[in-house]
Amino acid sequence: MIAHPLASLLANLGRPVLQALAALGRVTLFAGAILGHIVRPPFYLRELGTSLLQIGWFSLPVVGLTAIFTGGALALQIYAGGARFNAEAVVPSIVAIGMARELGPVLGGLMVAARVASSIAAEIGTMKVTEQIDALVTLSTNPLKYLAVPRIVAATLAMPVLVATGDAIGIMGGWLVGITRLDFNSATYLKNTVDFLEPWDIGSGLVKGAVFGFIVALMGCYHGMNSARGAQGVGAATKSAVVSASVLILAANYILTEVFFTS
Amino acid sequence: MIKLTDVHKAFGPNKVLQGVNLTIPSGTSMVIIGGSGTGKSVLLKSVLGLVRPDKGTITLDEVDVTKTDRDAFLARFGMLFQGGALFDSLRVWENVAFRLMRGPKALPKPQARDAAIEKLRRVGLKPDTADLFPAELSGGMQKRVGLARAIAAEPEIIFFDEPTTGLDPIMAGVINDLIREIVTEMGATAMTITHDMSSVRAIADTVAMLHGGVIRWTGPVGEMDATPDPYVQQFIHGRADGPIESVR
Repeated sequence: MIAHPLASLLANLGRPVLQALAALGRVTLFAGAILGHIVRPPFYLRELGTSLLQIGWFSLPVVGLTAIFTGGALALQIYAGGARFNAEAVVPSIVAIGMARELGPVLGGLMVAARVASSIAAEIGTMKVTEQIDALVTLSTNPLKYLAVPRIVAATLAMPVLVATGDAIGIMGGWLVGITRLDFNSATYLKNTVDFLEPWDIGSGLVKGAVFGFIVALMGCYHGMNSARGAQGVGAATKSAVVSASVLILAANYILTEVFFTS
Repeated sequence: MIKLTDVHKAFGPNKVLQGVNLTIPSGTSMVIIGGSGTGKSVLLKSVLGLVRPDKGTITLDEVDVTKTDRDAFLARFGMLFQGGALFDSLRVWENVAFRLMRGPKALPKPQARDAAIEKLRRVGLKPDTADLFPAELSGGMQKRVGLARAIAAEPEIIFFDEPTTGLDPIMAGVINDLIREIVTEMGATAMTITHDMSSVRAIADTVAMLHGGVIRWTGPVGEMDATPDPYVQQFIHGRADGPIESVR
């Protein structure tokens, strides 16, 4: 019997939709299990400390470099755009608001996704294929609690700090470009930055940072735990972790921006 | 006593276990032999709950393993994994003392370290190995550290998954002797899976052969050579011709 072309088309469309929904369900259950474990002992504080160091401290250089160049480029762009309306003076305030609300958390999140989601997925994936996760179970240790919870908590706590640092460095990048390339007076630039920046501009970015940190570590742990066998399996898990974390960060950023700034 | 009754497990269309029945009395050393891919590791992991059987029951001292307190159940076990499965991020002594430092009866760090060094010594490793990371050890040393970790909490039951795979004959002999000594000394129940016949002869009290998803033969190690079972004879003599297909 020959399938109806419309049925075949619907089947081809439906299959990936169902797969995506199934994946969403699995990730949601995984996240639910993690949240359950966060509030129940035992707590692995040493692993939390190590994760804070790995995710927070060691991500500072990449976040800082990203922020300083972004802040500088933003100042140049806003100056060039503002010149069309004789509004060059808005450079300090727009750089500050842009960095604090959007570019600090989003670019910081994406850079941390590249650095941290990949390393978490590769590490946990390798542990899975070398039976280290089975070994944890036989040693009466829950792998989710021991491996995933400390990383996810650490990323959620560390990302707002990274975002705040990135915001400051990005604004400094704009200031450097402003006073060296755009003939701004240093004191005026800083005054305009402080005067126009509101607490919620910074607060919303920090909340976004916490959400993005959760997403990054969640995706790293989820894909690592579900890694297929062999080097190819771990490679695929690593790639999926970075891609899914990046896409989810951008999607979450849009949703949070709608919630925070359009009501 | 560990008892498996009609245990089935399939992965998609691949039916790995098709009704395994096996009894391992307490204090004995059972070795399960069989070709690669016959489900030996799946069988072992089913007992530990790392793999959930599709059908059948597994009991430990007549209690269904799926209905018992999981932590208390696992606290009775030690396991040596095929590749060692040592935690890369932890030092050797931390690997060995992993269980000792956790749970309600956790030892303080210095005491756990001393206990780990004692176990390392028991498996023939010097105390200065304790502060190395697993990646700094040879395959044979990793296996011995894995063995030290398996016996660290002095479990009642120890599982060995291919304990001599990838080792040279001398190191394999050392590991076999250690396993035999430790099992006898501790009075533990041991379940080993291997296809290394020298291990079988060194470790086993009883032998079971897994083939086609079922236990084809089981009996004391002393009766293994004399059994007329063509599958066992082909396997223990490593013949290419016989009922076991060489291309699987």
